[in-house]
Amino acid sequence: MDVQFLIDNIFTLTITGLVLGSVYALVALGYTMVYGVLQLINFAHSEVFMYGTFAATFTVMALGGTRDTSTGGAILMLLLALVAAMLVSGAIALVLERVAYRPLLRRNAPKLVVLISSIGASFVLAEIMGLRDKITKFVGLDDSLSAYVTRARNNVQFPDVVDPVRLFKIGDYNVNSIDLLILGSAILMMVGVDQFVRRSRLGRGIRAVAQDPESAALMGVNSTRVIQVTFLIGGLMAGAAAFFFVLKYTVTRYDVGFILGVKAFTAAVLGGIGNLRGALLGGLILGVAENYGSALFGTEWKDVVAFLLLVLILLFRPTGLLGEALGKSRA
Amino acid sequence: MHTKHTLRTLAALAAAGLALTACGTTGDSSDTADSGGGPACDLKIAFMGALTGPAAGLGVGAVNGAELAIDQYNDEHPDCKVTFSKNDSQSDPKQAPGVAKSIIDDAKVVGLVGPLFSGESEAADPLLNEAGLPMITASATKPTLSEQGWTFFHRILGNDETQGPEVAKVLTDVANSTKPFTISDDSPYGQFLTGAASDALGDSLVGTDKIATGQRDFESTVTKVLSSKADAVFFGGYYPEGEVLIKQLRSGGWDGTFVVPDGVKDKEYIEVAGPAGDGTLVTCPCVPGDKITEFAKAYQAKFNEEPGTYGPEAYDAANVFLDGIADGVKDRAAMNDYVNGYDKDGITKHVKFTENGESSEIPIWLYKVKGGEYVAVKQLA
Repeated sequence: MDVQFLIDNIFTLTITGLVLGSVYALVALGYTMVYGVLQLINFAHSEVFMYGTFAATFTVMALGGTRDTSTGGAILMLLLALVAAMLVSGAIALVLERVAYRPLLRRNAPKLVVLISSIGASFVLAEIMGLRDKITKFVGLDDSLSAYVTRARNNVQFPDVVDPVRLFKIGDYNVNSIDLLILGSAILMMVGVDQFVRRSRLGRGIRAVAQDPESAALMGVNSTRVIQVTFLIGGLMAGAAAFFFVLKYTVTRYDVGFILGVKAFTAAVLGGIGNLRGALLGGLILGVAENYGSALFGTEWKDVVAFLLLVLILLFRPTGLLGEALGKSRA
Repeated sequence: MHTKHTLRTLAALAAAGLALTACGTTGDSSDTADSGGGPACDLKIAFMGALTGPAAGLGVGAVNGAELAIDQYNDEHPDCKVTFSKNDSQSDPKQAPGVAKSIIDDAKVVGLVGPLFSGESEAADPLLNEAGLPMITASATKPTLSEQGWTFFHRILGNDETQGPEVAKVLTDVANSTKPFTISDDSPYGQFLTGAASDALGDSLVGTDKIATGQRDFESTVTKVLSSKADAVFFGGYYPEGEVLIKQLRSGGWDGTFVVPDGVKDKEYIEVAGPAGDGTLVTCPCVPGDKITEFAKAYQAKFNEEPGTYGPEAYDAANVFLDGIADGVKDRAAMNDYVNGYDKDGITKHVKFTENGESSEIPIWLYKVKGGEYVAVKQLA
């Protein structure tokens, strides 16, 4: 156990852990909200994230971003990429709800059946992206879109339009502009969603349906609309997370959703499934814990540490760190 | 009455049966009489490796090299062509046994170029060996593959027992490193090679780390490298991880020399790593395809690009089988004997196999990423 290494690099590990944790937190939000309202674990949410990464990447590629793009142009491209990612992820989330879940929920299908549907949807969405070269070939578009679809199962490079600017030092670590952007935006977005759920009318509707769907319907809440909004918000946040992810790690792939989805779901459970603030807390804690774990035991133990942490927390606090569910949070 | 009837029917059937068998044998011998002496004309050579999937970049060079050899043979023997059977395993050890089975079940296949990767070889070679299908791999470099007693296994390029110490030498002599750091991935290939390199480096090694295939976030590894003040890093693994790792190392502020083996040598590495990949040193038991002008010209004409990694080796491997077919070999057992006794010049080396299937000659080359491509620097061994 390399404690000295951990102590020597505590700032680096903490800050980079918080940055990755922010990505986890934004994706965890989608899992936690859908669970709070529908008691359903949306396994396909990881693919909602993945499509966002591709939307961001393809947007910058289509706009012709390269290392030589001017800073102003680059910022504009990145903004468009962020918007594209959020819109695409939101759209996929809505389609998912309409196609994979609503027909089953309407028929009062057992929750297990809906779960299986979500797993199937996850595979279908991921494979569609992995087979995009065959699909475009079928439609005859493979030549014009070749830059986007060749080597469909390989890493796709996010064009390096910005170089992270080293801003200041905390301890030994050079905090750079991208880190701050991700951390700051993630916190702002989480606060935004939290306030939306607490104060707005739709937000109250969400909490009402989460607490008791029948009474909510009796009080005039349109549960279909509420469910759609829940999926949409989760999708938008995942899209933002997707943008930050490609900005930081500069590559994506058709299967990038899988591991990230598992980690984000873990973060949601860690913080208390159904609890928005829990998702934020869980994500940040998971990101930092992973880093500390790999520093202490070696990078190969990273995932083991993350899941062990989950098991330990659930043993002592089964509802997760912040425990309370969406419907029961104070107004 | 019944008994008489039955006896008569039985007798008739028996006579018919005998007659048919006689017909059958005449039929068979007439077939062999036709093709006896010359090459058999419906044989196949198979390829097994990643044609799709994350490792497909390395499969392309090999499958194309083999295809070039087979096409050239078919041009010279238009009446008696050999079919090329391409089998996609995505170089996934989980899929490999299934793919191997379908190759084995195809009785016309008399030789296999591949499997591509060491991991899938470990999974599939026991089946292939038991079925008696001669294999020549042009790319799987894990040394233990030739130590399993597989009489049908052959390797036409050097293995990592040779490449490991050469990597260490590159770090110390070419990169002039006094503080080397090694990183391995979790594949059988990466782990063995990095282990061999680390052993050869001995005490000068300042640190090691291990990453997982599919991992994209290497922050803790970058921190380890930076705090160990390493001046050179060797990464034993494949290009999907290598290309992301070097970018994060560079943006973390590390500017030492990055050394990688043949698993990273793919054009996608150069594309994705970009400026971060400039100056990367690459070791490979493969010879530079563009140095073999005849081959390079033919390859360029057919595939409209430069020969990929393992292209020349796969070309040589396919030619061993093709020479066997031209010489009259018709079945797998005879082909294996032929390969074992092969002793001829190929385009990469003089092709000859030792008792346990290893190549007698093992050239190892050093390449450097420069100006957006792999430039051959020198032959290390």
